Amino acid sequence: MALNPEFIGRTYPASPSYVVGREKVREFATAIGDDNPVSHDVEAAASLGYPDVVAPPTFAFVLTHSSMGQAMFDPDLGLDYSRVVHGEQRFSYSRPIVAGDELTVRAMIEGIRAVAGNDMLTLRAEVVDSAGELVVTTHSVVVARGSAEEG
Amino acid sequence: MTASAHSVPAYSEVEVGTEVLSRDVTVTRFDLVRYAGASGDFNVIHWNERIARSVGLPDVIAHGMYTMAQAGRIVTDWLGDPGALRELGVRFTRPVVVPDDDEGATLTVSAKIAEKLDEGLVRLEISATCADQSVLGRASAIVALA
Repeated sequence: MALNPEFIGRTYPASPSYVVGREKVREFATAIGDDNPVSHDVEAAASLGYPDVVAPPTFAFVLTHSSMGQAMFDPDLGLDYSRVVHGEQRFSYSRPIVAGDELTVRAMIEGIRAVAGNDMLTLRAEVVDSAGELVVTTHSVVVARGSAEEG
Repeated sequence: MTASAHSVPAYSEVEVGTEVLSRDVTVTRFDLVRYAGASGDFNVIHWNERIARSVGLPDVIAHGMYTMAQAGRIVTDWLGDPGALRELGVRFTRPVVVPDDDEGATLTVSAKIAEKLDEGLVRLEISATCADQSVLGRASAIVALA
């Protein structure tokens, strides 16, 4: 089923705030094998001018993927989630996420197109700190495989 | 004793074509379960072989974002300061299949200087392969060097 093109440009309400925990940063870094001291040791982070441990770059996706769900699960959009695969992911950083940050996410649908029988949905999510400053913007392309490709 | 981060490489000292870092990363089922917990992505295809096969996959596959995390890590390990990373982007081209054994899958990740841009910015090209096949496409990073 083709996606509803009227959803292009639709913006979803900001998420409840997410407080980045020091142990969560350490846990995430450990899970990806990242032993950079700035993600584990407060003093090492402080030596580079950060107030607390620094999250690895892809940590931003932990916050944004649930907000993008708001858009993807919008029933009027017409996305069949069982066919969805992650096609592309891009992050643009103003600064790294650090423990203690209180962040909110605003998601929007940036584009909808059909390519070779597949529906491609481009989502943008902006992660903003408690001062209202942009921290990171994520662009995600999800692909809903068309029935022609099944089998 | 506190481990300290190394300083960001100098723009004037890097040359286009130079490989900055390369490593093999072993990915086992254990790693995927741990990543699921740390990231909150509990999609069953990343830990349950029965369900992975039922949706047409050859076996359990790694989270795409786990593979992307390895692409990010090779860049930030080179940089020392993750704050020097401005952009990171990938396409997910092939799944990383992770068998239920002690060896797991081996991901080979490397980064090289692709282009020197203005104002101290450099574009890195990142390669990620598994079983001699590329698993990420157009993987690149923009970094701000010293």
